Order: sequence, then structure tokens, then C-alpha cells
Amino acid sequence: MSLKSVVYCDVCTYPLDYCEFSGKLKRCKVWVQEKHPSLYSKYYDDAAVEETTSKLAASSIGDEREEKLEKDLKRLQSKQENREQRELAKKLSSKVIIRREARTKRKSMVAISGLEVFEIDMKKLAKTFASKFATGCSVSKNAEKKEEIVIQGDLADEVEAYIHKLLEEKGMKDVKVEKIDTKKKKKPTTNADGTPAEE
Amino acid sequence: MFRKFSREDVHSRSNVKSSVQRTLKTKLVSQFPDLEPVIDELIPKKSQVELFKCEDKIQLYCVDGEVLFFQKFNELIPTLKFVHRFPQAFPTVQVDRGAIKFVLSGANIMCPGLTSPGAHLPEAPGFENDSLVVITAENKESALAIGRLLMSTEDIKSINKGHGVELYHHLGDCLWHFNVD
Repeated sequence: MSLKSVVYCDVCTYPLDYCEFSGKLKRCKVWVQEKHPSLYSKYYDDAAVEETTSKLAASSIGDEREEKLEKDLKRLQSKQENREQRELAKKLSSKVIIRREARTKRKSMVAISGLEVFEIDMKKLAKTFASKFATGCSVSKNAEKKEEIVIQGDLADEVEAYIHKLLEEKGMKDVKVEKIDTKKKKKPTTNADGTPAEE
Repeated sequence: MFRKFSREDVHSRSNVKSSVQRTLKTKLVSQFPDLEPVIDELIPKKSQVELFKCEDKIQLYCVDGEVLFFQKFNELIPTLKFVHRFPQAFPTVQVDRGAIKFVLSGANIMCPGLTSPGAHLPEAPGFENDSLVVITAENKESALAIGRLLMSTEDIKSINKGHGVELYHHLGDCLWHFNVD
């Protein structure tokens, strides 16, 4: 008696058997082929598929219902794809804004907004910033009632670099990150050291 | 049960005492006797069980960052991740292919979906009314849902109408996507 380990699809999180019901079958297939070629042949190979379909016709729910099911699944899939495309477009069209605000004298603070589209946990990120830069950092609502991360101190360049890295990890390289400076005395990017090259 | 469930529904999170952990394990074994040989592998003695108390008096038990079973009233209900690792230990019914779609969106299972040629019910005497069942599907290996019988399996066969299984937890519901950290 031993434990089984079921392989879960990274795309739809279901066990591989149920990928076809998730509406993301196309991407699931690609993923399986890449990561588990042996399992791919088991589930999606032509011979295996033919076998199961013939079995289905013999045993299951009748051709008519099977057809209907197939149609429903196709519809689900196209729906799902459309939704994903919309979301992706939304993500790509939105931009992250890093704004530096002047406080008293030489002090300043940095506010980051526009992150909520990317499914980033704001609170967690705020915590990371706080410990990374050893400064105060919190999540607050801004004038437009949107959440933003507020960091104490002039860290705009470092934050920009970090966010670029974060977005790249998420596969969103082309997202615009804009830096705004509400303080006029200093130039925004002096491109001294440590500033990331703009794409 | 987990149609709507998120982090906000978790009220408290605490570690479970090792003595409580022992009683939990014996309770699991008494509910599902076939688990006995592997229970120490599923929940190692040294591991730390965590308890999440949630909205509606639901309690989640979690080992190594994975929710393994939960509790609404007295009975412990395994999650699908747990079932997938040792499926033979649980009473199982099978639905036909046409039903999968509906089960995955959280519907209760109707009797015809359990009695059609693609489905499978245990031979008589079968399972009692009110017992927990794991639901698998035609031509699929792993389980896709967990529920409770609303009538005994013999009744399902003879009446063949109406709700047969009340669904508790299925693939893709909020508990399935629930991330501990």
C-alpha cells in the first residue's frame, strides 16, 4: 500500500484528467506536452483518444448528449479564451505609476499605484519593501479611492527596478512603468548608478 | 459549502497540540478504516497540524501548507488533495460523462447521473443514507468531488429521481484554490 501522487496541471490546477473541462484545454495541452511528455501521449495521443471515444460511444450517454456536451465544452473554452484575452489586454494597456512627493525640506515619499491589475498582493509587497529598504511602508487609499503603496524616503529608482523585475517574472515585460516627480527642484532621473535602463 | 470562501473568512489560525493531533488521526481512521496503514505517511507524527477556524463554524486542518481535511459539525471530511493521494480508502460512486460539467460547477448530483450506463454504484447493500462519498467520473482516474448521500444507494437505484448527492467540495471551488500563505 503506498500513496499515489497525482499530477496537477499548472494551467488549470485540475488533475490532468479534467483539463478538458476547465475551458483552457489548449494551454493545458501545451503545458503537459512540455512538462510530462509521457503523460501527454497517454491523454492526448491520437490512438488513446480514439480508443476512449469508441469506448464512450459504446458505453456512455448516447451520441446526441455527447455531441451536446462537446459543443458546450467548446463554448466554454471560447468564452474562457475571450475573457483571458480581455484581461491580458487590460493588463498590457494599464501602467504602473511611481510618484515621488516632496514632504518637508529634503524629505520625500514614494507612492506606487496601478498595481492591483496584476494580481499582486499589495500588503505583502508593502511588507517586502519595508524590510528591503528598511523604511516605513504601507498600503493606503489615494484620491481616486484606489489602493496604493506608500513608502517613506526617496526610493523611486530602487522601487522602479524592483517592479520591473517583478513584472518580468510575471511575464509582463512590456508594461509601462511611469515615474512622476511632483517636486521640481531635483531632476527625476539623473541616471547615476543603479538606475535600470529604460526599455 | 465553499462556493464563496476566501481569506477573509478565516478568523483564526493556530497550531494544534500533538495530543489533539493524535485524536484527530484516530478519528480519521475510525471514519475510514482503510486509512490505517498509511495514516502515518499522510500525517507524519512529527508534522505540525494547523487549524483554521472560519466563517460558519467551518474548521480547516492543514498539514505542511496543504489543507487535508475539514470539519463542519462532528465529522471530518477529507479534501480532494487528500483523496487523490489514497483514493482506495473512501467509499466511491461514479457519475457519467454528461454530469462532469455540472459537478465541476458545484451542482448537486441527480440520481439519473448515478444510474446511467456510464455511472457506477456499489452493489447491494451499498452505502447508507447520509454517508460521505467520493465522486469519480467515467473514464477518469482521480476524484472530482466530495459529497454526502441524500438517500441510500439502494434508494437511488430504485427511485432514480431528484437529488442523490449533496456536494460539499469539488475541483475548482474556492477551497480547491485556497492558498494557505
